[in-house]
Amino acid sequence: MPDLNQEDAVDPKGAPAVRRTVLEVVGLHRAFGGVRAVDDVSFTLAEGGSLGIVGESGSGKTTTARIVVGLERADAGQVLVHRRDRTEHRRGRAHRLARAREVQLVFQDPYLSLDPRTTVGAALRETLRLHFPDADHPRRIAELLDQVGLGEREADALPRQLSGGQRQRVAIARALAVEPAVLVLDEAVAALDVSVQAQILNLLADIRARTGIGYLFITHDLGVVRCVTDDVVVMRHGRIVESGPTTEVLAHPQHDYTRLLLDSVPRPGWDPRSIAAARRAL
Amino acid sequence: MTILDIQAYRLRLPDTARPVLDGVDLTVRAGETVALVGESGSGKSLTSRSVLGLLPDGATTGGTVRVNGEDVLTMTPERLRDLRTGTAAMVFQDPRAAINPLRRLGDFLTESVRLNGRLAAAAAAERAAEMLDAVGLPAAVLDRYPGQVSGGMLQRVMIAAALMGDPALILADEPTTALDVTTQAEVVALLGDLQERFGTGLLFVTHDLGLAAAISDRVSVMYAGRIVETGPAEDLFDRPRHPYTAALLASTPRLDAPQGRLAAIEGRPPGLREELTGCPFAPRCPIATELCTEQAPALLSIEAEPGRRTACHHSDRTGEGSADA
Repeated sequence: MPDLNQEDAVDPKGAPAVRRTVLEVVGLHRAFGGVRAVDDVSFTLAEGGSLGIVGESGSGKTTTARIVVGLERADAGQVLVHRRDRTEHRRGRAHRLARAREVQLVFQDPYLSLDPRTTVGAALRETLRLHFPDADHPRRIAELLDQVGLGEREADALPRQLSGGQRQRVAIARALAVEPAVLVLDEAVAALDVSVQAQILNLLADIRARTGIGYLFITHDLGVVRCVTDDVVVMRHGRIVESGPTTEVLAHPQHDYTRLLLDSVPRPGWDPRSIAAARRAL
Repeated sequence: MTILDIQAYRLRLPDTARPVLDGVDLTVRAGETVALVGESGSGKSLTSRSVLGLLPDGATTGGTVRVNGEDVLTMTPERLRDLRTGTAAMVFQDPRAAINPLRRLGDFLTESVRLNGRLAAAAAAERAAEMLDAVGLPAAVLDRYPGQVSGGMLQRVMIAAALMGDPALILADEPTTALDVTTQAEVVALLGDLQERFGTGLLFVTHDLGLAAAISDRVSVMYAGRIVETGPAEDLFDRPRHPYTAALLASTPRLDAPQGRLAAIEGRPPGLREELTGCPFAPRCPIATELCTEQAPALLSIEAEPGRRTACHHSDRTGEGSADA
């Protein structure tokens, strides 16, 4: 007779039932002068998960991302990766490299974040030398480029010889070279043409499925959020106004501001006048 | 009344293998909104800038670009200045880049009408206050500097400036791309209101097919310097008949589409150094045949679909394909 209990224990989709938390942000605060840019922000990201932070300019989403990465300091609160606090900012090369292996960042415009005089291959080699001095670099470089859909030809190219989409692939490859636990993507597809954006979004989905890396996806685009995140937090004026599973939040928004954001997405039959009125009323 | 009438417009740049704009046809009537949609390098911005006679260095042109019946391509510099300060006005994407940060907004608003001698200083200031009121801003903004107002407000100032010369045609080049989504709705609502009030024709250049469908009467889709499909916004959105339009729609992450992987268009648009023999989209097209690589398709009317035209040898199959999906 088959053991029913054992059968029940197997998840039908084959996914682990409980995922560990990779990133935990607790009670983050940051003020610039009198402005509370980030005001009591907390969220968690599961291993291999994807969390979107949505908001408009001034919502605090980018400041939050910069604190998570370590480019900005918090006035209060903690950023924990695998339960280790990043906000302590311990000095020294080893700590700095360890922090870099926890979180990597991909910016909106890779043209500004890549050295114009360094070829793609050399940029990757530099990163690998720093973090993995003993590894087989040529093999790893080929692997990384292959992972983002680039080849040998692009390895010898300078950033200006590449298209916007290719440059963003390079930026992603360089971030992955460090084998980070979390990848922060700050409007990483916002500057790309729609057809190229779709390529990059698919690529990001593939990489997540293959490597189990966690994404923190900062964006203003709800279509993109729906496409690439499991969970979402909606920020306004530095605070989280709503959070939950992405499909749930987008299908049944609870907060007026989330509703306004959803209504603002242009589509046939769209009524910008009522949106403008709702915005002023909020 | 047709305000903008572009016919068989060609633009060639030095050191390129193909025309940057290749036989563009486009019309805008009074009170009408026409969206020109395309990705970077498609030629949509070049087309709209051409309407003001703003051509890149070394450009050679063919065809006609008529505004109120007069061809911009053959205008004298004096006539061009009249056109730019009166009949047609441009709203640019990034107001911070287009407005001098060291001058007061009042100066920016009155500059054009004072330059062409249409209004004296006092009358110009009065008109500026009126136009600010039309875009929902107080006259106090006249004394402010660009750095003292928000991006959304500055874009309204730009629209007010465009209205100063009482134009028959407004060219808006990605006017909301740099703005937040809720601000975008406000600016679009404003443009619609003003258009109704003044009967202005609007050419709205955008990369956003969703936005184009939401706001315009007609949409023209550009690819590699050619119009590949044109028609009423809703029809084009519901039943695209050019594979590029269909692919563009399928690759846009939308709120109402099924979740999961996007149908990305592989490859990228042809560069300016590549000569084009057939259809420019053929190398990326899922239904391309030998005919497509040999012969460029003309922009032809679609049977039983009034007002719609598409440049595809297999437009009958595109319709079926999207119905299946």
